Amino acid sequence: MDLDSLYQEIILDHYKNPHHAGLRDPFEAEVHHVNPTCGDEVTLRVHLSGTGSDAVVSDVSYDAEGCSISQAAASVMTDLVIGKPVGEALAVHESFLTLMQGRGGVEPDEDVLEDAIAFAGVAKFPARVKCALLSWMAWKDATSQVVDRPTAEETP
Amino acid sequence: MTADTASLQRPVHGLLDGLDLIRADFPILSRTLADGHPLVYLDSANTSQKPQVVIDAMVDHLERHNANVARAMHQLGAESTAGFEGGRDKVAAFLNAPSRDEVLFTKNASEAINLVANTLAWARGPLQVGEGDEVLITEMEHHSNIVPWQLLTQRTGATLRWFGLTDDGRLDLSDIDDLITERTKVVSLTWVSNMLGTVNPVAEITRRAHEVGALVLVDAAQAVPQLPVDLASMDDASRPDFLVFTGHKVTGPTGIGVLWGRRAVLEQLPPFLGGGEMIATVAMERSTYAGIPHRFEAGTPPIVEAVGLGAAVDYLAAIGMRNVRAHEEAITGYALDGLASIKGLRVLGPLEAADRGGAISFEIDGLHPHDVSQVLDSRGIAVRAGHHCAKPAHKRFRVQSSTRMSSYLYTTPAEIDALVDGLEHTKKYFKVA
Repeated sequence: MDLDSLYQEIILDHYKNPHHAGLRDPFEAEVHHVNPTCGDEVTLRVHLSGTGSDAVVSDVSYDAEGCSISQAAASVMTDLVIGKPVGEALAVHESFLTLMQGRGGVEPDEDVLEDAIAFAGVAKFPARVKCALLSWMAWKDATSQVVDRPTAEETP
Repeated sequence: MTADTASLQRPVHGLLDGLDLIRADFPILSRTLADGHPLVYLDSANTSQKPQVVIDAMVDHLERHNANVARAMHQLGAESTAGFEGGRDKVAAFLNAPSRDEVLFTKNASEAINLVANTLAWARGPLQVGEGDEVLITEMEHHSNIVPWQLLTQRTGATLRWFGLTDDGRLDLSDIDDLITERTKVVSLTWVSNMLGTVNPVAEITRRAHEVGALVLVDAAQAVPQLPVDLASMDDASRPDFLVFTGHKVTGPTGIGVLWGRRAVLEQLPPFLGGGEMIATVAMERSTYAGIPHRFEAGTPPIVEAVGLGAAVDYLAAIGMRNVRAHEEAITGYALDGLASIKGLRVLGPLEAADRGGAISFEIDGLHPHDVSQVLDSRGIAVRAGHHCAKPAHKRFRVQSSTRMSSYLYTTPAEIDALVDGLEHTKKYFKVA
Protein backbone atom coordinates (compact mmCIF):
# COMPACT_ATOMS: atom_id res chain seq x y z
CA MET A 1 0.00 0.00 0.00
CA ASP A 2 1.61 3.23 -1.15
CA LEU A 3 0.96 5.60 1.71
CA ASP A 4 3.11 8.34 0.19
CA SER A 5 0.92 8.45 -2.93
CA LEU A 6 -1.98 9.34 -0.62
CA TYR A 7 -0.13 11.72 1.64
CA GLN A 8 1.72 13.85 -0.93
CA GLU A 9 3.95 16.59 0.48
CA ILE A 10 1.62 19.21 -1.02
CA ILE A 11 -1.29 17.75 0.95
CA LEU A 12 0.64 17.66 4.20
CA ASP A 13 1.81 21.25 3.63
CA HIS A 14 -1.73 22.50 3.12
CA TYR A 15 -2.85 20.48 6.16
CA LYS A 16 -0.23 22.11 8.40
CA ASN A 17 -0.73 25.61 6.94
CA PRO A 18 -4.23 25.89 5.49
CA HIS A 19 -4.92 28.81 3.16
CA HIS A 20 -7.94 31.13 3.57
CA ALA A 21 -9.05 29.37 6.78
CA GLY A 22 -11.52 31.03 9.15
CA LEU A 23 -14.95 32.56 8.56
CA ARG A 24 -15.08 36.07 7.08
CA ASP A 25 -17.54 38.79 6.08
CA PRO A 26 -19.04 39.68 3.71
CA PHE A 27 -20.78 36.60 2.35
CA GLU A 28 -24.00 35.84 0.51
CA ALA A 29 -24.39 32.19 1.51
CA GLU A 30 -23.21 29.96 4.33
CA VAL A 31 -23.55 26.17 4.38
CA HIS A 32 -22.70 23.43 6.84
CA HIS A 33 -21.80 20.03 5.43
CA VAL A 34 -20.95 16.84 7.32
CA ASN A 35 -19.64 13.48 6.31
CA PRO A 36 -22.10 11.23 8.18
CA THR A 37 -19.84 8.19 8.16
CA CYS A 38 -16.93 9.84 9.94
CA GLY A 39 -18.31 13.06 11.36
CA ASP A 40 -16.01 15.47 9.51
CA GLU A 41 -17.65 18.90 9.22
CA VAL A 42 -17.20 22.15 7.38
CA THR A 43 -18.94 25.50 7.67
CA LEU A 44 -18.29 27.45 4.49
CA ARG A 45 -19.14 30.95 3.26
CA VAL A 46 -19.12 32.26 -0.28
CA HIS A 47 -18.82 35.88 -1.35
CA LEU A 48 -19.50 36.65 -5.04
CA SER A 49 -19.15 40.02 -6.72
CA GLY A 50 -21.08 40.94 -9.81
CA THR A 51 -24.15 39.12 -11.05
CA GLY A 52 -25.13 36.68 -13.75
CA SER A 53 -22.33 35.66 -16.07
CA ASP A 54 -20.06 38.39 -14.69
CA ALA A 55 -20.11 36.97 -11.17
CA VAL A 56 -16.68 36.35 -9.70
CA VAL A 57 -15.75 34.33 -6.61
CA SER A 58 -14.40 37.11 -4.39
CA ASP A 59 -13.90 35.06 -1.26
CA VAL A 60 -14.41 31.60 0.20
CA SER A 61 -13.95 31.29 3.93
CA TYR A 62 -14.41 28.21 6.07
CA ASP A 63 -14.18 26.54 9.43
CA ALA A 64 -13.39 22.86 8.94
CA GLU A 65 -12.79 20.00 11.32
CA GLY A 66 -11.48 16.82 9.82
CA CYS A 67 -8.58 14.72 8.64
CA SER A 68 -5.53 15.86 6.69
CA ILE A 69 -7.18 15.03 3.37
CA SER A 70 -10.36 17.01 4.03
CA GLN A 71 -8.46 19.97 5.52
CA ALA A 72 -5.96 20.11 2.69
CA ALA A 73 -8.73 19.79 0.10
CA ALA A 74 -10.49 22.86 1.56
CA SER A 75 -7.26 24.85 1.45
CA VAL A 76 -6.39 23.86 -2.14
CA MET A 77 -9.98 24.48 -3.27
CA THR A 78 -9.98 28.07 -2.00
CA ASP A 79 -6.69 28.74 -3.82
CA LEU A 80 -8.24 27.47 -7.03
CA VAL A 81 -11.63 29.16 -7.01
CA ILE A 82 -11.01 32.55 -5.38
CA GLY A 83 -10.67 35.23 -8.05
CA LYS A 84 -12.16 33.12 -10.82
CA PRO A 85 -15.41 33.81 -12.66
CA VAL A 86 -18.11 31.48 -11.24
CA GLY A 87 -18.44 29.55 -14.50
CA GLU A 88 -14.71 28.86 -14.65
CA ALA A 89 -14.59 27.86 -10.97
CA LEU A 90 -17.46 25.42 -11.52
CA ALA A 91 -15.49 23.88 -14.40
CA VAL A 92 -12.54 23.34 -12.04
CA HIS A 93 -14.95 21.76 -9.57
CA GLU A 94 -16.16 19.41 -12.32
CA SER A 95 -12.59 18.51 -13.21
CA PHE A 96 -11.73 17.72 -9.57
CA LEU A 97 -14.88 15.64 -9.20
CA THR A 98 -13.95 13.62 -12.30
CA LEU A 99 -10.46 13.02 -10.88
CA MET A 100 -11.83 11.89 -7.50
CA GLN A 101 -14.42 9.56 -8.97
CA GLY A 102 -11.98 8.02 -11.45
CA ARG A 103 -10.67 5.28 -9.10
CA GLY A 104 -7.13 6.27 -10.00
CA GLY A 105 -7.67 5.94 -13.76
CA VAL A 106 -7.96 9.65 -14.59
CA GLU A 107 -4.88 11.65 -15.58
CA PRO A 108 -5.18 15.08 -13.91
CA ASP A 109 -4.67 18.27 -15.93
CA GLU A 110 -2.15 20.35 -13.98
CA ASP A 111 -3.07 23.52 -15.90
CA VAL A 112 -6.61 23.30 -14.53
CA LEU A 113 -6.09 21.67 -11.14
CA GLU A 114 -2.66 23.03 -10.07
CA ASP A 115 -1.94 21.83 -6.48
CA ALA A 116 -5.10 19.69 -6.57
CA ILE A 117 -3.32 17.15 -8.80
CA ALA A 118 -1.77 15.95 -5.53
CA PHE A 119 -5.15 14.38 -4.77
CA ALA A 120 -4.85 11.93 -7.70
CA GLY A 121 -3.58 9.33 -5.21
CA VAL A 122 -6.62 9.80 -2.96
CA ALA A 123 -8.85 8.47 -5.74
CA LYS A 124 -7.26 5.04 -5.19
CA PHE A 125 -8.51 5.00 -1.58
CA PRO A 126 -12.33 4.78 -1.87
CA ALA A 127 -12.82 5.43 1.85
CA ARG A 128 -11.06 8.80 1.55
CA VAL A 129 -12.72 10.21 -1.58
CA LYS A 130 -15.53 11.70 0.52
CA CYS A 131 -12.94 13.43 2.71
CA ALA A 132 -11.45 15.17 -0.34
CA LEU A 133 -14.85 16.16 -1.69
CA LEU A 134 -16.47 17.51 1.49
CA SER A 135 -15.49 21.17 1.13
CA TRP A 136 -15.76 21.14 -2.68
CA MET A 137 -19.38 19.99 -2.39
CA ALA A 138 -20.03 22.61 0.29
CA TRP A 139 -18.60 25.32 -1.98
CA LYS A 140 -20.75 24.21 -4.92
CA ASP A 141 -23.84 24.13 -2.73
CA ALA A 142 -23.21 27.61 -1.31
CA THR A 143 -22.36 29.06 -4.73
CA SER A 144 -25.50 27.58 -6.32
CA GLN A 145 -27.60 29.12 -3.56
CA VAL A 146 -26.28 32.58 -4.43
CA VAL A 147 -26.45 32.14 -8.20
CA ASP A 148 -29.97 30.67 -8.13
CA ARG A 149 -31.28 33.28 -5.69
CA PRO A 150 -33.69 35.73 -7.32
CA THR A 151 -32.16 39.20 -7.52
CA ALA A 152 -33.84 42.23 -5.93
CA GLU A 153 -35.43 43.28 -9.24
CA GLU A 154 -36.85 39.82 -9.88
CA THR A 155 -38.38 39.46 -6.43
CA PRO A 156 -42.10 40.14 -6.68
CA MET B 1 2.82 -13.88 15.95
CA THR B 2 2.20 -15.72 19.21
CA ALA B 3 1.14 -14.85 22.71
CA ASP B 4 4.57 -15.92 23.93
CA THR B 5 6.54 -13.34 22.00
CA ALA B 6 4.99 -10.50 23.96
CA SER B 7 4.96 -12.17 27.33
CA LEU B 8 8.75 -12.16 27.10
CA GLN B 9 8.58 -8.36 27.26
CA ARG B 10 6.07 -8.05 30.07
CA PRO B 11 4.15 -10.83 31.79
CA VAL B 12 0.42 -10.73 31.06
CA HIS B 13 -1.81 -12.66 33.45
CA GLY B 14 -5.27 -13.96 32.64
CA LEU B 15 -4.79 -14.76 28.95
CA LEU B 16 -6.72 -17.73 27.57
CA ASP B 17 -4.91 -21.05 27.73
CA GLY B 18 -3.93 -22.23 24.27
CA LEU B 19 -4.35 -18.82 22.70
CA ASP B 20 -2.45 -20.01 19.61
CA LEU B 21 -4.94 -22.84 19.22
CA ILE B 22 -7.88 -20.46 19.59
CA ARG B 23 -6.36 -18.19 16.94
CA ALA B 24 -6.04 -21.20 14.65
CA ASP B 25 -9.84 -21.60 14.90
CA PHE B 26 -10.23 -18.30 13.02
CA PRO B 27 -9.04 -18.74 9.42
CA ILE B 28 -8.97 -15.01 8.67
CA LEU B 29 -6.38 -14.35 11.38
CA SER B 30 -3.71 -16.07 9.30
CA ARG B 31 -4.31 -13.72 6.35
CA THR B 32 -1.63 -11.39 5.16
CA LEU B 33 -2.59 -8.02 3.75
CA ALA B 34 -0.96 -5.64 1.26
CA ASP B 35 2.86 -5.64 1.36
CA GLY B 36 2.88 -8.94 3.25
CA HIS B 37 1.78 -7.51 6.58
CA PRO B 38 0.04 -10.04 8.84
CA LEU B 39 -3.47 -8.98 9.85
CA VAL B 40 -3.67 -7.33 13.28
CA TYR B 41 -7.42 -7.18 13.80
CA LEU B 42 -8.33 -4.70 16.52
CA ASP B 43 -11.88 -3.89 15.39
CA SER B 44 -13.88 -6.60 17.13
CA ALA B 45 -16.32 -4.17 18.77
CA ASN B 46 -17.32 -3.34 15.20
CA THR B 47 -17.64 -6.96 14.18
CA SER B 48 -15.93 -10.09 15.46
CA GLN B 49 -14.17 -12.64 13.28
CA LYS B 50 -15.70 -16.08 12.74
CA PRO B 51 -14.31 -19.44 13.85
CA GLN B 52 -14.22 -22.37 11.40
CA VAL B 53 -16.95 -24.15 13.35
CA VAL B 54 -19.43 -21.33 12.60
CA ILE B 55 -18.47 -21.24 8.92
CA ASP B 56 -18.76 -25.04 8.70
CA ALA B 57 -22.15 -25.13 10.44
CA MET B 58 -23.55 -22.61 7.97
CA VAL B 59 -22.04 -24.32 4.93
CA ASP B 60 -23.30 -27.70 6.12
CA HIS B 61 -26.81 -26.31 6.54
CA LEU B 62 -26.79 -24.80 3.05
CA GLU B 63 -25.24 -27.88 1.46
CA ARG B 64 -27.35 -30.55 3.16
CA HIS B 65 -30.38 -29.20 5.04
CA ASN B 66 -31.61 -26.12 3.21
CA ALA B 67 -35.38 -25.65 3.16
CA ASN B 68 -37.82 -23.13 4.55
CA VAL B 69 -38.82 -23.58 8.18
CA ALA B 70 -42.07 -24.48 9.89
CA ARG B 71 -44.08 -24.72 6.69
CA ALA B 72 -42.29 -27.31 4.59
CA MET B 73 -43.65 -30.74 5.48
CA HIS B 74 -40.80 -32.70 3.92
CA GLN B 75 -37.67 -34.12 5.50
CA LEU B 76 -35.48 -31.17 4.61
CA GLY B 77 -38.11 -28.84 6.05
CA ALA B 78 -38.00 -30.73 9.31
CA GLU B 79 -34.18 -30.63 9.38
CA SER B 80 -34.07 -26.95 8.60
CA THR B 81 -36.66 -26.21 11.30
CA ALA B 82 -34.65 -28.27 13.78
CA GLY B 83 -31.52 -26.31 12.88
CA PHE B 84 -33.26 -22.95 13.21
CA GLU B 85 -35.07 -23.74 16.45
CA GLY B 86 -31.89 -25.42 17.70
CA GLY B 87 -30.19 -22.04 17.28
CA ARG B 88 -32.84 -20.55 19.55
CA ASP B 89 -32.26 -23.27 22.16
CA LYS B 90 -28.53 -22.59 22.11
CA VAL B 91 -28.96 -18.83 22.49
CA ALA B 92 -31.44 -19.41 25.35
CA ALA B 93 -28.93 -21.70 27.07
CA PHE B 94 -26.09 -19.20 26.51
CA LEU B 95 -28.08 -16.43 28.22
CA ASN B 96 -29.61 -18.90 30.72
CA ALA B 97 -32.96 -17.45 29.69
CA PRO B 98 -35.91 -18.50 31.89
CA SER B 99 -37.67 -19.78 28.74
CA ARG B 100 -36.50 -20.50 25.20
CA ASP B 101 -39.72 -18.95 23.86
CA GLU B 102 -38.52 -15.60 25.22
CA VAL B 103 -35.72 -15.55 22.62
CA LEU B 104 -36.79 -13.70 19.46
CA PHE B 105 -34.70 -13.48 16.31
CA THR B 106 -34.49 -10.11 14.58
CA LYS B 107 -32.31 -8.68 11.83
CA ASN B 108 -29.86 -7.09 14.29
CA ALA B 109 -29.77 -5.35 17.66
CA SER B 110 -31.11 -2.13 16.13
CA GLU B 111 -34.22 -3.91 14.88
CA ALA B 112 -34.68 -5.49 18.29
CA ILE B 113 -34.73 -2.05 19.94
CA ASN B 114 -37.04 -0.68 17.24
CA LEU B 115 -39.38 -3.62 17.79
CA VAL B 116 -39.73 -2.70 21.45
CA ALA B 117 -39.98 1.06 20.87
CA ASN B 118 -42.66 0.67 18.18
CA THR B 119 -44.79 -1.88 19.97
CA LEU B 120 -44.75 0.24 23.14
CA ALA B 121 -46.26 3.07 21.08
CA TRP B 122 -48.88 0.75 19.61
CA ALA B 123 -49.69 -1.04 22.87
CA ARG B 124 -53.02 -0.32 24.59
CA GLY B 125 -53.26 -0.59 28.33
CA PRO B 126 -50.59 -0.25 30.97
CA LEU B 127 -47.58 -0.66 28.64
CA GLN B 128 -48.60 2.10 26.25
CA VAL B 129 -46.19 5.03 26.08
CA GLY B 130 -47.99 8.33 25.58
CA GLU B 131 -48.17 11.96 26.53
CA GLY B 132 -46.84 12.72 30.00
CA ASP B 133 -44.71 9.58 30.06
CA GLU B 134 -40.93 9.68 30.10
CA VAL B 135 -38.35 7.51 28.41
CA LEU B 136 -34.90 7.54 30.01
CA ILE B 137 -31.68 6.75 28.16
CA THR B 138 -28.04 7.81 28.64
CA GLU B 139 -25.58 10.09 26.91
CA MET B 140 -23.24 7.16 26.15
CA GLU B 141 -25.68 5.23 23.98
CA HIS B 142 -24.99 3.99 20.48
CA HIS B 143 -27.18 5.84 17.98
CA SER B 144 -29.36 2.74 17.71
CA ASN B 145 -30.35 3.13 21.36
CA ILE B 146 -31.08 6.85 20.91
CA VAL B 147 -32.91 7.32 17.63
CA PRO B 148 -35.68 4.70 18.15
CA TRP B 149 -36.57 6.41 21.46
CA GLN B 150 -36.50 9.86 19.85
CA LEU B 151 -38.93 8.53 17.24
CA LEU B 152 -41.13 6.96 19.92
CA THR B 153 -41.30 10.07 22.10
CA GLN B 154 -41.77 12.43 19.13
CA ARG B 155 -44.61 10.31 17.80
CA THR B 156 -46.40 9.81 21.11
CA GLY B 157 -45.83 13.12 22.88
CA ALA B 158 -43.77 11.44 25.57
CA THR B 159 -40.57 13.07 26.86
CA LEU B 160 -37.04 11.78 26.30
CA ARG B 161 -34.59 12.24 29.18
CA TRP B 162 -31.09 10.96 29.75
CA PHE B 163 -28.34 10.35 32.28
CA GLY B 164 -25.29 12.56 31.70
CA LEU B 165 -21.70 11.36 32.04
CA THR B 166 -18.92 12.09 34.50
CA ASP B 167 -15.54 13.35 33.32
CA ASP B 168 -14.05 9.87 33.69
CA GLY B 169 -16.68 8.39 31.37
CA ARG B 170 -19.17 6.86 33.79
CA LEU B 171 -22.89 7.43 34.14
CA ASP B 172 -23.62 10.44 36.33
CA LEU B 173 -26.10 8.91 38.77
CA SER B 174 -26.22 11.96 41.06
CA ASP B 175 -29.63 12.98 39.72
CA ILE B 176 -31.09 9.47 39.56
CA ASP B 177 -33.94 10.43 41.92
CA ASP B 178 -34.91 13.24 39.59
CA LEU B 179 -34.61 11.07 36.46
CA ILE B 180 -36.34 7.89 37.61
CA THR B 181 -39.81 8.93 38.78
CA GLU B 182 -43.38 7.70 38.58
CA ARG B 183 -43.51 9.30 35.12
CA THR B 184 -40.72 7.03 33.85
CA LYS B 185 -42.17 4.42 31.54
CA VAL B 186 -39.05 2.96 29.96
CA VAL B 187 -35.36 2.97 30.84
CA SER B 188 -33.05 1.86 28.03
CA LEU B 189 -29.31 1.76 28.53
CA THR B 190 -26.18 0.06 27.38
CA TRP B 191 -24.48 -2.50 29.56
CA VAL B 192 -21.03 -1.85 28.06
CA SER B 193 -20.28 1.33 26.09
CA ASN B 194 -19.04 0.76 22.55
CA MET B 195 -17.01 3.97 22.72
CA LEU B 196 -15.91 4.52 26.34
CA GLY B 197 -15.78 0.86 27.30
CA THR B 198 -17.61 1.67 30.54
CA VAL B 199 -19.43 -1.22 32.23
CA ASN B 200 -22.63 0.23 33.65
CA PRO B 201 -24.39 -0.86 36.88
CA VAL B 202 -27.39 -2.24 34.98
CA ALA B 203 -28.69 -4.35 37.86
CA GLU B 204 -28.85 -1.38 40.23
CA ILE B 205 -30.50 0.88 37.67
CA THR B 206 -32.96 -1.86 36.74
CA ARG B 207 -33.93 -2.28 40.39
CA ARG B 208 -34.54 1.45 40.73
CA ALA B 209 -36.58 1.54 37.52
CA HIS B 210 -38.71 -1.41 38.61
CA GLU B 211 -39.53 0.37 41.87
CA VAL B 212 -41.45 2.96 39.85
CA GLY B 213 -42.94 0.37 37.52
CA ALA B 214 -40.81 1.22 34.46
CA LEU B 215 -39.72 -1.32 31.87
CA VAL B 216 -35.96 -1.75 31.35
CA LEU B 217 -34.20 -2.58 28.11
CA VAL B 218 -30.50 -3.42 28.24
CA ASP B 219 -28.47 -2.95 25.07
CA ALA B 220 -26.03 -5.82 25.46
CA ALA B 221 -24.47 -5.62 21.98
CA GLN B 222 -21.02 -5.11 23.56
CA ALA B 223 -21.75 -7.03 26.78
CA VAL B 224 -22.89 -10.44 25.52
CA PRO B 225 -19.64 -10.92 23.54
CA GLN B 226 -17.46 -10.42 26.60
CA LEU B 227 -19.36 -10.86 29.87
CA PRO B 228 -21.05 -13.95 31.29
CA VAL B 229 -24.84 -13.41 31.17
CA ASP B 230 -27.11 -15.42 33.46
CA LEU B 231 -30.67 -14.14 33.24
CA ALA B 232 -32.32 -16.87 35.29
CA SER B 233 -29.98 -16.35 38.24
CA MET B 234 -30.65 -12.62 38.48
CA ASP B 235 -33.15 -11.74 41.17
CA ASP B 236 -36.42 -10.72 39.65
CA ALA B 237 -36.18 -7.03 40.60
CA SER B 238 -32.81 -6.52 38.93
CA ARG B 239 -33.45 -8.66 35.85
CA PRO B 240 -34.22 -6.38 32.89
CA ASP B 241 -37.39 -6.78 30.86
CA PHE B 242 -35.56 -6.84 27.54
CA LEU B 243 -32.00 -7.59 26.53
CA VAL B 244 -30.75 -7.20 22.96
CA PHE B 245 -27.58 -8.16 21.14
CA THR B 246 -26.39 -8.93 17.63
CA GLY B 247 -25.03 -12.15 16.18
CA HIS B 248 -22.00 -10.81 14.37
CA LYS B 249 -20.26 -9.47 17.47
CA VAL B 250 -20.34 -12.89 19.20
CA THR B 251 -18.38 -14.68 16.43
CA GLY B 252 -21.65 -15.40 14.60
CA PRO B 253 -22.93 -14.15 11.25
CA THR B 254 -24.44 -10.81 10.27
CA GLY B 255 -28.16 -10.63 9.50
CA ILE B 256 -29.39 -11.91 12.85
CA GLY B 257 -30.00 -10.21 16.18
CA VAL B 258 -31.60 -11.33 19.39
CA LEU B 259 -34.31 -9.83 21.54
CA TRP B 260 -34.78 -11.59 24.84
CA GLY B 261 -37.89 -10.39 26.63
CA ARG B 262 -39.86 -11.44 29.68
CA ARG B 263 -42.74 -13.65 28.60
CA ALA B 264 -45.30 -11.64 30.60
CA VAL B 265 -44.27 -8.43 28.84
CA LEU B 266 -43.88 -9.87 25.33
CA GLU B 267 -47.34 -11.42 25.54
CA GLN B 268 -48.87 -7.99 26.20
CA LEU B 269 -47.18 -6.34 23.22
CA PRO B 270 -48.98 -6.04 19.88
CA PRO B 271 -47.37 -7.48 16.72
CA PHE B 272 -44.48 -5.56 15.13
CA LEU B 273 -44.21 -6.66 11.49
CA GLY B 274 -47.08 -8.50 9.84
CA GLY B 275 -46.62 -11.44 7.49
CA GLY B 276 -46.27 -15.17 7.29
CA GLU B 277 -45.25 -17.19 10.34
CA MET B 278 -46.54 -14.61 12.85
CA ILE B 279 -50.20 -15.56 12.48
CA ALA B 280 -52.57 -18.13 13.92
CA THR B 281 -55.19 -17.68 11.22
CA VAL B 282 -55.89 -15.10 8.53
CA ALA B 283 -59.23 -14.09 7.08
CA MET B 284 -59.80 -11.20 4.72
CA GLU B 285 -61.38 -9.16 7.52
CA ARG B 286 -58.89 -9.82 10.31
CA SER B 287 -56.21 -12.14 11.60
CA THR B 288 -55.20 -13.74 14.83
CA TYR B 289 -51.62 -14.08 15.87
CA ALA B 290 -49.20 -16.77 16.87
CA GLY B 291 -47.79 -16.94 20.38
CA ILE B 292 -44.24 -15.91 21.24
CA PRO B 293 -41.63 -16.13 19.83
CA HIS B 294 -43.14 -16.51 16.34
CA ARG B 295 -45.58 -13.62 16.75
CA PHE B 296 -42.60 -11.29 16.33
CA GLU B 297 -40.90 -13.17 13.48
CA ALA B 298 -42.88 -12.30 10.35
CA GLY B 299 -41.71 -13.78 7.06
CA THR B 300 -38.96 -16.28 6.36
CA PRO B 301 -36.50 -15.79 9.22
CA PRO B 302 -32.67 -15.72 9.05
CA ILE B 303 -32.40 -19.52 9.04
CA VAL B 304 -28.78 -20.25 8.24
CA GLU B 305 -27.84 -17.25 10.38
CA ALA B 306 -29.60 -18.85 13.36
CA VAL B 307 -27.68 -22.06 12.72
CA GLY B 308 -24.44 -20.07 12.63
CA LEU B 309 -25.32 -18.09 15.73
CA GLY B 310 -26.09 -21.30 17.58
CA ALA B 311 -22.66 -22.66 16.66
CA ALA B 312 -21.06 -19.37 17.73
CA VAL B 313 -22.55 -19.26 21.21
CA ASP B 314 -21.74 -22.94 21.68
CA TYR B 315 -18.14 -22.14 20.74
CA LEU B 316 -17.97 -19.30 23.28
CA ALA B 317 -19.66 -21.43 25.94
CA ALA B 318 -17.10 -24.21 25.39
CA ILE B 319 -14.25 -21.74 25.98
CA GLY B 320 -16.16 -20.31 28.93
CA MET B 321 -17.34 -16.75 29.21
CA ARG B 322 -15.49 -16.24 32.50
CA ASN B 323 -12.28 -17.12 30.67
CA VAL B 324 -13.18 -14.84 27.78
CA ARG B 325 -13.82 -12.00 30.24
CA ALA B 326 -10.49 -12.64 32.03
CA HIS B 327 -8.68 -12.58 28.67
CA GLU B 328 -10.34 -9.31 27.65
CA GLU B 329 -9.44 -7.77 30.98
CA ALA B 330 -5.82 -8.88 30.64
CA ILE B 331 -5.50 -7.57 27.08
CA THR B 332 -7.31 -4.34 27.94
CA GLY B 333 -5.00 -3.72 30.90
CA TYR B 334 -1.97 -4.41 28.72
CA ALA B 335 -3.31 -2.08 26.04
CA LEU B 336 -4.07 0.72 28.52
CA ASP B 337 -0.45 0.48 29.77
CA GLY B 338 0.90 0.51 26.23
CA LEU B 339 -1.24 3.46 25.14
CA ALA B 340 -0.23 5.39 28.28
CA SER B 341 3.38 5.24 27.06
CA ILE B 342 2.52 7.34 23.99
CA LYS B 343 3.04 11.06 24.50
CA GLY B 344 0.04 13.19 23.57
CA LEU B 345 -2.41 10.27 23.67
CA ARG B 346 -5.57 10.57 25.77
CA VAL B 347 -7.87 7.63 26.47
CA LEU B 348 -11.59 8.46 26.62
CA GLY B 349 -13.32 6.53 29.39
CA PRO B 350 -12.31 4.66 32.54
CA LEU B 351 -8.61 3.90 32.91
CA GLU B 352 -8.92 0.68 34.93
CA ALA B 353 -9.30 -2.55 32.96
CA ALA B 354 -11.51 -4.09 35.66
CA ASP B 355 -14.19 -1.43 35.08
CA ARG B 356 -14.36 -1.57 31.33
CA GLY B 357 -14.86 -3.64 28.23
CA GLY B 358 -12.38 -4.27 25.46
CA ALA B 359 -13.09 -1.17 23.36
CA ILE B 360 -10.61 1.67 23.96
CA SER B 361 -11.16 5.00 22.20
CA PHE B 362 -8.41 7.59 22.23
CA GLU B 363 -7.20 10.77 20.63
CA ILE B 364 -3.66 11.90 19.87
CA ASP B 365 -2.62 15.56 19.83
CA GLY B 366 -2.12 16.83 16.29
CA LEU B 367 -3.39 13.69 14.55
CA HIS B 368 -6.81 13.08 13.07
CA PRO B 369 -8.26 9.58 13.63
CA HIS B 370 -8.68 8.97 9.87
CA ASP B 371 -5.03 9.60 9.30
CA VAL B 372 -4.12 7.38 12.25
CA SER B 373 -6.23 4.50 10.97
CA GLN B 374 -4.93 4.97 7.42
CA VAL B 375 -1.29 4.68 8.49
CA LEU B 376 -2.08 1.74 10.79
CA ASP B 377 -3.91 0.04 7.91
CA SER B 378 -0.82 0.35 5.74
CA ARG B 379 0.87 -1.83 8.38
CA GLY B 380 -1.97 -4.38 8.46
CA ILE B 381 -3.51 -3.03 11.68
CA ALA B 382 -7.32 -2.65 11.56
CA VAL B 383 -8.91 -0.16 13.97
CA ARG B 384 -11.95 2.09 13.70
CA ALA B 385 -11.84 5.85 13.25
CA GLY B 386 -14.78 8.21 13.56
CA HIS B 387 -17.59 8.74 16.04
CA HIS B 388 -18.41 5.01 16.40
CA CYS B 389 -22.14 5.79 16.15
CA ALA B 390 -21.87 7.63 19.48
CA LYS B 391 -21.83 11.28 18.48
CA PRO B 392 -23.43 12.62 21.69
CA ALA B 393 -20.80 10.86 23.83
CA HIS B 394 -18.03 12.34 21.67
CA LYS B 395 -19.61 15.77 22.00
CA ARG B 396 -19.75 15.35 25.78
CA PHE B 397 -15.97 15.02 25.78
CA ARG B 398 -15.56 17.84 23.22
CA VAL B 399 -14.08 15.40 20.72
CA GLN B 400 -15.23 15.31 17.11
CA SER B 401 -14.00 11.78 16.48
CA SER B 402 -11.63 9.25 17.94
CA THR B 403 -9.57 6.19 17.09
CA ARG B 404 -10.82 2.98 18.66
CA MET B 405 -9.04 -0.32 19.19
CA SER B 406 -11.12 -3.25 20.33
CA SER B 407 -9.88 -6.68 21.29
CA TYR B 408 -11.50 -10.08 21.61
CA LEU B 409 -10.73 -13.60 22.71
CA TYR B 410 -8.19 -14.06 19.90
CA THR B 411 -6.22 -10.85 20.56
CA THR B 412 -2.59 -11.26 21.65
CA PRO B 413 -0.27 -8.93 23.58
CA ALA B 414 1.98 -8.94 20.50
CA GLU B 415 -0.86 -7.35 18.53
CA ILE B 416 -1.10 -4.61 21.14
CA ASP B 417 2.67 -4.11 20.77
CA ALA B 418 2.15 -3.78 17.00
CA LEU B 419 -0.51 -1.13 17.63
CA VAL B 420 1.72 0.88 19.98
CA ASP B 421 4.62 0.68 17.49
CA GLY B 422 2.23 1.67 14.71
CA LEU B 423 1.02 4.71 16.63
CA GLU B 424 4.60 5.88 17.27
CA HIS B 425 5.29 5.40 13.56
CA THR B 426 2.18 7.44 12.71
CA LYS B 427 3.39 10.31 14.86
CA LYS B 428 6.73 10.25 13.05
CA TYR B 429 5.04 10.07 9.65
CA PHE B 430 3.06 13.23 10.37
CA LYS B 431 5.99 14.82 12.21
CA VAL B 432 4.08 15.15 15.47
CA ALA B 433 6.29 15.44 18.54
